[in-house]
Amino acid sequence: MSTTPLTSTLGAATDTRSERRRLSPTLWIGATLVGLVILVAVISFFWTPYDPVAVDAPSRLMGPSGAHWLGTDALGRDVFSQMEFGARTTMFVGVIAVGVGAIGGIPLGVVAGMSGRFVSEPILRLIDILLAFPALLLAILFGAVWGASTLTAMLAIGIATAPGFARLSRAGTLQVMSTEYVLAARVAGKGKWVIAVRHVLPNVSGLLIVQASVSYGIAVLAEAALSYLGFGTPPPTPSWGRILLEAQTLLFTDPLLSLWPAAAIALAVLGFNLLGDGLRDRFDPQLDDRR
Amino acid sequence: MLIIRLLSRTAILFGTIVAASIVIFALLAVLPGDPAQVALGVNASPKALEQTRAEFGTNRPLVTQYLSWFGNFLRGSFGRSYLTHADIGPQIADRLQVTVWLVGLGMAVAIVFALPLGVVAAVMHRKMSGTLLSAISQVGMAVPSFIAAILLIDIFAVRLQWVPSGGWTPPASDPETFLRQVILPVLSLGLIQAALLSRYVRSATLNVLREDYMRTARAKGLTPGRAFLRHGMRNVAIPVVTVLGLQVSALLVGAIVIERVFVIPGLGGLLLDSVSNRDLLVVQGVVMVLLVAVLVVNFITDALYLLIDPRLRSST
Repeated sequence: MSTTPLTSTLGAATDTRSERRRLSPTLWIGATLVGLVILVAVISFFWTPYDPVAVDAPSRLMGPSGAHWLGTDALGRDVFSQMEFGARTTMFVGVIAVGVGAIGGIPLGVVAGMSGRFVSEPILRLIDILLAFPALLLAILFGAVWGASTLTAMLAIGIATAPGFARLSRAGTLQVMSTEYVLAARVAGKGKWVIAVRHVLPNVSGLLIVQASVSYGIAVLAEAALSYLGFGTPPPTPSWGRILLEAQTLLFTDPLLSLWPAAAIALAVLGFNLLGDGLRDRFDPQLDDRR
Repeated sequence: MLIIRLLSRTAILFGTIVAASIVIFALLAVLPGDPAQVALGVNASPKALEQTRAEFGTNRPLVTQYLSWFGNFLRGSFGRSYLTHADIGPQIADRLQVTVWLVGLGMAVAIVFALPLGVVAAVMHRKMSGTLLSAISQVGMAVPSFIAAILLIDIFAVRLQWVPSGGWTPPASDPETFLRQVILPVLSLGLIQAALLSRYVRSATLNVLREDYMRTARAKGLTPGRAFLRHGMRNVAIPVVTVLGLQVSALLVGAIVIERVFVIPGLGGLLLDSVSNRDLLVVQGVVMVLLVAVLVVNFITDALYLLIDPRLRSST
């Protein structure tokens, strides 16, 4: 993502740019946490201390040690390797889900914002219907129809996050459409699609990046809850939600096993939420003040 | 104007319910597999299959099936399970009671914690920096309720052994056991929502306190507390009601997971069990009930909005 459309969000004036350069604590804590999850996910492609799914019965339920940094689970699998792989699952599901939400939602919102009533009303009603389906419920429904898998989870979370993107890009589009430079472009005889791609999208991109970060947090939460219920990534592929489910039965004897996945999920969600908040402050999407 | 707006909202509500029911029906209708085959097993004779299909009504065209299902749904009947042949309506009603307890008490916990916390944080925002509250609510938003539940079980059920780690007793039969069992699930649902809600209460209160009418009220001689109760509360309520509506939906969905954590026989348990048994008519019914609940709550939120804020009534 180039920085040009970001700093020019809704014509953010250059004179405030130096002030905006300073990173707020919200932003850097969020970015650090998110960066950490990404880093762990990337490292998991090249190196895990053990095979994350290798069962090793003799060394089951060992506490943290030099050999097994976070200990081993009930089947003797190395928890650190599993957590590393779980980060990959989380990132993968999040990327696809937010991608589905953005690709489905943004065009709907932009079209609704640029068109007359006969086009925008049906789109708005569709968004209302989609809003009624929470991600978790949709994923369970998809699981009932096609059998629960990573794909159904990603699709369901993606569809459930689409209305957010659609609403936001519609609101942004309406604002941009009332600006003078769009009027100028129309006077110059530019077509609708040229205006949408050249003027509307770059100007709402800042808002949409904020929305993407927040949606990513929601996606991580939903994926964890789904895996925990057995409606997400099927075994043996490690995912944080299911590591937690398996560890919960051992809560009375090995509470540490539950702590790792629980902390990982919470920190990842916290990271994306803070990143979203920080970016929002940075882009300051006070559309009304910027006209 | 108010009546017209309420009527149009009601029309939209019904339109959305119909659309959602079509989506649910269509999703489950594309399923491969024949309910009659599932019920009778692979060795069933073609004649028996035909008979069972007629009994289930699955030999009719899809549109007829949909219309009769939705028509019965409107009359409060969900049909009989293909697997157990039990009437689905009473099952759902039974389980719904349990879930309503969880959601209602969870909401109560959220409001009881969030309202005072948010207002105090706003009033004292100079002394007690809002950073603390905002940090707490960020953490609350990041911790999913099922993780909060596991932490609470670890502390209060495993280590301190004050309360059981799960189970369900109807409140009418044994109120004390009910309370002991329900406290952890309700706290894990409610505290997380309280964290989120307090943030909104704080910012709404801050906005209201800066308003001119609050200064006027003080100038008329009202004490700060009186002025807030008489003129502030209603204006704080407007944004807060919206968030509350969204939170009821979040609690309903959260309850599905929490019921699993605490082994509570609620609607979520029924949904998950019937999905794994492939008892599709039950799945269809439960999802429909949950969706209607979400939609009705959103509708009530909208309506309350109009009732609380007269300014919204005349705008188009």
